[in-house]
Amino acid sequence: MIAHRKILTDEMVAKIEALAPRYPNRRALTLPALHIVNAELRHVPLQAVAEIAAVLGLAPAEVQDTLTFYQFFHQEKPHGRVRAFVCRSVSCALRGGDHLLEHLCKANGIDPYGTTPDGDLTIEPAECLGACDFAPCILANDDLLKNMTPEAAAAALKQPRAKAT
Amino acid sequence: MPSCKPVLLEAVGVPDGHTLASYRSRGGYAPVEKLLPEKQPADVVEMVKASGLRGRGGAGFSTGLKWTFLPKDHPGPIYLCINADESEPGTFNNRILMEDDPHQVLEGIILSAFATRASTAYIYLRYEYPRSWHRLQAAIDEAYAAGLLGKNITGSGFSLDVYLHRGAAAYICGEETGLIESLEGKRAWPRIKPPFPAIEGLFRKPTVVNNIETMACVAQIARRGVDWFKSIGVPADPNNPRDPGSYGPKLYCLSGHVERPGCYEAPLGITARQLIEEFGGGVWKGRKAKAVIPGGISMGLMTEAELDTPLDFAGPGKVGCLGLGTAAVVVIDETVSIVDFLHNSCRFFAHESCGQCTPCREGTSWSLRMLERIKAGKGRLKDLDLLAEIGATMGMMPGSTICGLADGAAWPIKNAIKKFRGEFEDYIKQTNPHGWMVTDPVPALQIVGAH
Repeated sequence: MIAHRKILTDEMVAKIEALAPRYPNRRALTLPALHIVNAELRHVPLQAVAEIAAVLGLAPAEVQDTLTFYQFFHQEKPHGRVRAFVCRSVSCALRGGDHLLEHLCKANGIDPYGTTPDGDLTIEPAECLGACDFAPCILANDDLLKNMTPEAAAAALKQPRAKAT
Repeated sequence: MPSCKPVLLEAVGVPDGHTLASYRSRGGYAPVEKLLPEKQPADVVEMVKASGLRGRGGAGFSTGLKWTFLPKDHPGPIYLCINADESEPGTFNNRILMEDDPHQVLEGIILSAFATRASTAYIYLRYEYPRSWHRLQAAIDEAYAAGLLGKNITGSGFSLDVYLHRGAAAYICGEETGLIESLEGKRAWPRIKPPFPAIEGLFRKPTVVNNIETMACVAQIARRGVDWFKSIGVPADPNNPRDPGSYGPKLYCLSGHVERPGCYEAPLGITARQLIEEFGGGVWKGRKAKAVIPGGISMGLMTEAELDTPLDFAGPGKVGCLGLGTAAVVVIDETVSIVDFLHNSCRFFAHESCGQCTPCREGTSWSLRMLERIKAGKGRLKDLDLLAEIGATMGMMPGSTICGLADGAAWPIKNAIKKFRGEFEDYIKQTNPHGWMVTDPVPALQIVGAH
């Protein structure tokens, strides 16, 4: 344990520690810990990586290595309060997924992976979301938006939404 | 119509079908309560072996046989990992099972853990399934409260803990050793085999990795019997001693250009055409199919003329596809350019290659860059030969990579170029009238991988 944590709160550490009995070593807590921090901060800055490493008894490089592999955790700045994954894999693409992504980026004035200046919305291309029966689809925080048209999606993404869990 | 009464999908559409009470009312958990106190683990292994159940995750390996690879009399722990990292494009059957009937999955896990003597099971769930996460966690909580998980399950002396573990959006975590590495907190780089997970897997202990649908099948075999399971599907080919048959019901995911996309339960061996016509309401807008993916994008393509191929474990291979895969059937109608399709496929694999093996990392990336070039009207006929060469040389089959991701990336390339070469040539000649015959090297485009 380090004495002065700048980013990880006691609550986050408690959540990580609560999962420890599930695994025979602490390295397996890496992904759960990254998720716990990301759920609160919407990104995992480098300082948080060092603090997670200290909590888990790992080298910061080990945690950073895992983090960078997944491309899921933003590091430089938080993603939007709504993070929208727009599926572009085959079943959605056949029903307009690429067009949907392009339209939404244009409508919000951002590039793919970008965040609106007010911090409300991040739009990211996603590979298959496993909801091909509702193509084209979007995962916005925990909500699956089904059979989206560009207009319906643009309206849906303006709605406030519960945090991703 | 080759249909059977839905069994795996019995709870779909049932109000509160995902709850413990509803599952019990359908006969659920009776097998756990009966078998665990009375039978030995070896009896359950024998039952599953005798059923002919083959893993539903994609490779189609015999589930019971996989379990027998665990060392005998191992002091433990032995781990059971459930692969719920369903990410193969076109595939969503596991999602349906986890959301609509999580207890069916849990019962299969309890029986499989008992059979393999595992006292801890991890469900590795992909991040993009928040609803599955909540439904499964609720079901796990219900099962603990009812004494179906935890210490001394139903007084049998057998104990089991089940934990949900969440991924972070990487296709490679569906590869069983990639999944294990990811669960251990590392980058999901698949391991060189042997040792296979049954000998040295999660946390260096003997490990079985099974798919969600496989678990549901185990639960139904225990409830309805081996004879019921073997009465469905395609028997082993008597002329082929290496064919173990394709028994049981299967969840087929139908998407793309069909009138009624969805997850449908049918006996193994239904043809793609029957599935599309009878379950899917036909190709949408009255059009014809140009091509059909038989089991997730990595299995390659069937042409319209090949649609009478039975979708059992042996069928798609007979028309040059990689296999049945996840049985996710994606219909591509006649208006779609095959160039666009292959670009989409190459983009997926270039993004998802884990970057460990050079032939895959470079092959997927370069195939995408070539497709980008072709789409931009700068294709040359030579590119088709280069693509075919990449398709033939990356993967486990040619022996150049550690895992099968590259074979999955190669198959759509190989099938598309072989079965639709004329369309590629026409496209290239029309869009690049002055350069299609050039064979000089061209400058590289930017790198595209995620990992």
